[in-house]
Amino acid sequence: MTLLAQAPQPFVRWDWIGGHLDDIWDRTVEHLVLTGLALAVGVVISILASLLALRYRPAYGPITWVTGVLYTIPSLALFALFVPITGLSVLTAEIGLVGYTLLILIRNMVAGIDGVPESVRESALGMGYTRRRMFWQIEVPLALPVIFAGFRIAAVTTVGLVTVTALIGQGGLGFFILRGLNTFFPTQIIVGLVLSVVLATVLDFGLVMVQRALTPWALRRG
Amino acid sequence: MEFLGDVVAFFADPANWTGSAGILTRLMEHVLLSALAVAVAGLVAIPAGVTLGHLGRGGFLAVAVVNVGRAVPSFGVVALALPITIRLGLGLGFWPTFLALFLLAVPPMFTNTFAGVREVDRGVVEAARGMGLTGRQIVTQVEVPLALPVIVAGIRLAAVAVVATATLAALVAWGGLGRYIIDGFAQQDNVEVVVGAVLVALLAIATELAFSAVERWGVPRGVRRATVRTASAP
Repeated sequence: MTLLAQAPQPFVRWDWIGGHLDDIWDRTVEHLVLTGLALAVGVVISILASLLALRYRPAYGPITWVTGVLYTIPSLALFALFVPITGLSVLTAEIGLVGYTLLILIRNMVAGIDGVPESVRESALGMGYTRRRMFWQIEVPLALPVIFAGFRIAAVTTVGLVTVTALIGQGGLGFFILRGLNTFFPTQIIVGLVLSVVLATVLDFGLVMVQRALTPWALRRG
Repeated sequence: MEFLGDVVAFFADPANWTGSAGILTRLMEHVLLSALAVAVAGLVAIPAGVTLGHLGRGGFLAVAVVNVGRAVPSFGVVALALPITIRLGLGLGFWPTFLALFLLAVPPMFTNTFAGVREVDRGVVEAARGMGLTGRQIVTQVEVPLALPVIVAGIRLAAVAVVATATLAALVAWGGLGRYIIDGFAQQDNVEVVVGAVLVALLAIATELAFSAVERWGVPRGVRRATVRTASAP
């Protein structure tokens, strides 16, 4: 227990932060790239799965079951399961991160479309919309607020989960958390933790802005 | 296939199950600490949620707790708990893990309890008041029973999150099933890594299923809902 005998150092050493701004910037960018890639792939897979579930309803149960199991498996375990196959790589990290986005995204996509009032659908069909045109021009825009709510949750969750990938040699800002933990250097832990929260908050706020721009009619409902 | 054979062989060897570093010991460490953290957090979060929900105050707090809870990475909380407990003289292992798990268990239970109590039909509460029930009786006999499905859902969310995060406890020198994964990484022993991952995954799924069963059968029929609303996404 020699570490307990050490003279206590301040919790945040600003000089360390000042001396490592380049490093911090690089890791922040890495964090954003890992997050963005996971969200992009997650959205593509979720759109396909949601289209399948909406077209062929019996598929929805198995889809939510599989993605629900993926979501329940702790992140470290999910990453660990793929290490023997894909190694300590970005691919392993991304498989896990994408896996976590699916349940949230698919559930909100399907719930969003399901939430479109029947009367709206009937009106559209009555006006002569084809099924396809109604889907893309009526149902999807009306479902956007719900779909976006899911996307925001997925985005914020993914930013947090990226930190865990430090344990498989990736990690973005999680790199600082792990190194601070291993070297008993709280400053690094705090830098990783705080910047990760800031990143999640900024991303969430940005998505709210995007959603407002995309669905101006939703504003009026307050 | 040889690799999978090694994994199966690990599970088949009785020596790996018993002893101070055996699977059963690790499982007990994992479950006991998780249960303790959820229980203590529940003692704080549920009365707080009931009180604020009953008074109709602190809605902003409930929203803030959800958002902060989601944005803060649990890995960071576990890591930061270590220097804090060392500073407090509590050392490695149990205390940093307990502190982190406690902090992670509070938000889902608080928010769900608050939302569950808040969303009890105001008409029902008014009727209870009209019948002469005191504030305390309204809480214990009307609001809490009606909010029970949502409160139990909050406990489920907290328990699953805590069991998942307890995996990271191995990083701060506590045992638990995460030990296999972290030690496996350190020793580049993929068999041990996968053994740990499988055990952790099964435990998390078992926790989810157990609490879902409680939600389904442990809640009085009269207050069951078709679908239990979860106020905070996990």
